[in-house]
Amino acid sequence: MTGALREEIESWIARGEADQAKAGLERLWQQDPSPSTAGFVVARFEALRGRVPLVRCRVAILRSFTVEPVVPLLRAAAFAGGIDLEVELGAFNSYTQEILAPESALYAFAPGAVILAVQTRDVAPALWSGFAGLAPADVEETVRSVSAQIGGLVEKLRERSAAAIVVHTLETPDEPALGALDAALPLGQNEAIRRINRHLVEVARAHRGVHVLDVDALMARRGRGAFRDERKWLTARMPYAAGELVHVAREWLRFLHPIAGRVAKVVACDLDNTLWGGVIGEDGLGGIQVGPEYKGAAYLELQRALLDLTKRGILLAISSKNNPAEALEAIDKHPGMLLRREHFAAVRINWTDKAENLRSIAEELNVGVDAIAFLDDNPVEREWVRSRLPAVPVIDLPDSPMGYARAVRGCPLFERLELTAEDRERGRHYAEQRMRAELREATGSLEDFYRSLEQEVSIDEVGRDLVARVAQLTQKTNQWNLTTRRYSEVEIEGLTRSGSTSVYALRVRDRFGDNGITGAAVVHHRGDRAEIDTLLLSCRVIGRTVETAFLSFLTDAARARGAKAISGWFLPTKKNAPAKDVYASHGFSREHEDGDATEWTFDLSRRIPWPEWIEKGPHAAAAEETKPA
Amino acid sequence: MSESTLDMVKRIVADVLGTSVSRITADSSPETLENWDSVRHLNIVMALEERFGVELEPEDIEGMRSVMQIVAIMSARTARS
Repeated sequence: MTGALREEIESWIARGEADQAKAGLERLWQQDPSPSTAGFVVARFEALRGRVPLVRCRVAILRSFTVEPVVPLLRAAAFAGGIDLEVELGAFNSYTQEILAPESALYAFAPGAVILAVQTRDVAPALWSGFAGLAPADVEETVRSVSAQIGGLVEKLRERSAAAIVVHTLETPDEPALGALDAALPLGQNEAIRRINRHLVEVARAHRGVHVLDVDALMARRGRGAFRDERKWLTARMPYAAGELVHVAREWLRFLHPIAGRVAKVVACDLDNTLWGGVIGEDGLGGIQVGPEYKGAAYLELQRALLDLTKRGILLAISSKNNPAEALEAIDKHPGMLLRREHFAAVRINWTDKAENLRSIAEELNVGVDAIAFLDDNPVEREWVRSRLPAVPVIDLPDSPMGYARAVRGCPLFERLELTAEDRERGRHYAEQRMRAELREATGSLEDFYRSLEQEVSIDEVGRDLVARVAQLTQKTNQWNLTTRRYSEVEIEGLTRSGSTSVYALRVRDRFGDNGITGAAVVHHRGDRAEIDTLLLSCRVIGRTVETAFLSFLTDAARARGAKAISGWFLPTKKNAPAKDVYASHGFSREHEDGDATEWTFDLSRRIPWPEWIEKGPHAAAAEETKPA
Repeated sequence: MSESTLDMVKRIVADVLGTSVSRITADSSPETLENWDSVRHLNIVMALEERFGVELEPEDIEGMRSVMQIVAIMSARTARS
């Protein structure tokens, strides 16, 4: 059934039509996510490396059971989602040695992510097969020792590696040893295992970059009976059924997508037959379906799923071919709509082609097109966008609208492993941004505009509370980012503890509200020279001289620590052109070149004045006082 | 048209081994294809089970020493069910 598509893909690759081949492989994988197709998809994507947009990620899988057959599925699903995954498998059941030995293959591999996949029957055999013979005190003791053992391994791994860590919880048995009675016991078999899992959650909460994968929830979602395959377990130490392996791979990807930074910041939604049933231009306000009753209920469920995404900091946009007046009337007035105009950060209702509209939404919201997920019921539009904008992640909706909400909720592009306060407020920030744009149109000179914003900028050295947000900014900021160095939370935390490096976070408030932490810098102090390792601003605050305030602060702070000069590189990427002139325009001189990269330096006998239209927030002012007279 | 069992098996073996179908014959086996090792053999078994919708017995798996033998076993299994 997929033979013809495979032949097409081969011929696209042979003709060098890489984008077509990529789109074809994604379609093939969507139609048939099987172990067999996985081998084909992986081999063809490997042939396309360098010619299609892919982010790389190294993952080590430590395990107490056979996972080899999952690996091709994992890599194929990752490729189809835009991630080129390099996988290192720990030796069978040797996860303890791998973690404890500093010279192990695990640490030599330098993974960006480590998955610790262990099962109850391997790490707690007494709780699995010997439970009926345990006295209550023995159960308590076993829970304690197994919790300490796994928790200790995770902590050791955290200490030795900067990788994100994903820990499988321990699964409960299908048939507890004491049968139906188990549920009524204060510390039955299932409860004992759940206690260990609660301990794992506490370990994860206490350490940065440690995440818990709920194996029981995965099995429940898939159906426990069908998930396990006792035959494969007994013959090959492979506990999962052949048809379920892809779901193990997908569960891992829910973590690996955010770890690799392959996430969507925006969902661009179609309207007709996507957010509501029917076509507004033909069926009219009274004819479209959305609301609590079937068939509108499926569309309402999708809207609820999208509204939930906004609480993770994901923005919604509209991309619809319609007459704007009719479509907006439905959004504003239809009684069944959950999403209203204020939920959308950008609106494109016109007859322009959708690839063009996505590009313009990206521009308006200051994100790359690779950060916009495209949601459309029409496969033709999806293929069009895939072929026109290969970097855009396209969500494959099932044929029936009943499956739309689930497709969105299960999509790994929307996973977040940590939510900051900024994430929850992002939608509001963008509404404020629209008002700023209107103000700018209404005021005359640029200087008047800067003054009218009534900005206040505070800059702090980063303490523990801001580590997550600063790491997130280094991961996500692409445009106004001079070096685009990505740091994990663990790495940022390490830098804040180093005596010779300062990590700064910048906050901007203005008359429309608090933009939150929207800038970060990492500066190394090397004797009489300070080096700017990282300097970035969120696109929400660029174009309003905040960068001048930041450089004024950084140069003053470096001088206060005894530096005579401060330097920094500009490392060009496809996306950071907006930041390319900042050193030149602030009086730095070009010192070195290395390919396209340039190093700039500033003589600290001079000063960069703080813009007079920006108020200093309390902490920025405090730093000013430490300056020598 | 649906593929014959031989064609399906050849394709699965080729996919798992990362090679093209044209290199696989009925006589192909772990002896003739160097990267057909024990890990890939397990991957082939999982791919066969998924594609044919069957669960193979350990004895079936032991008997799968060439493409031809796989075809014989898969034909018998799918005829039974």
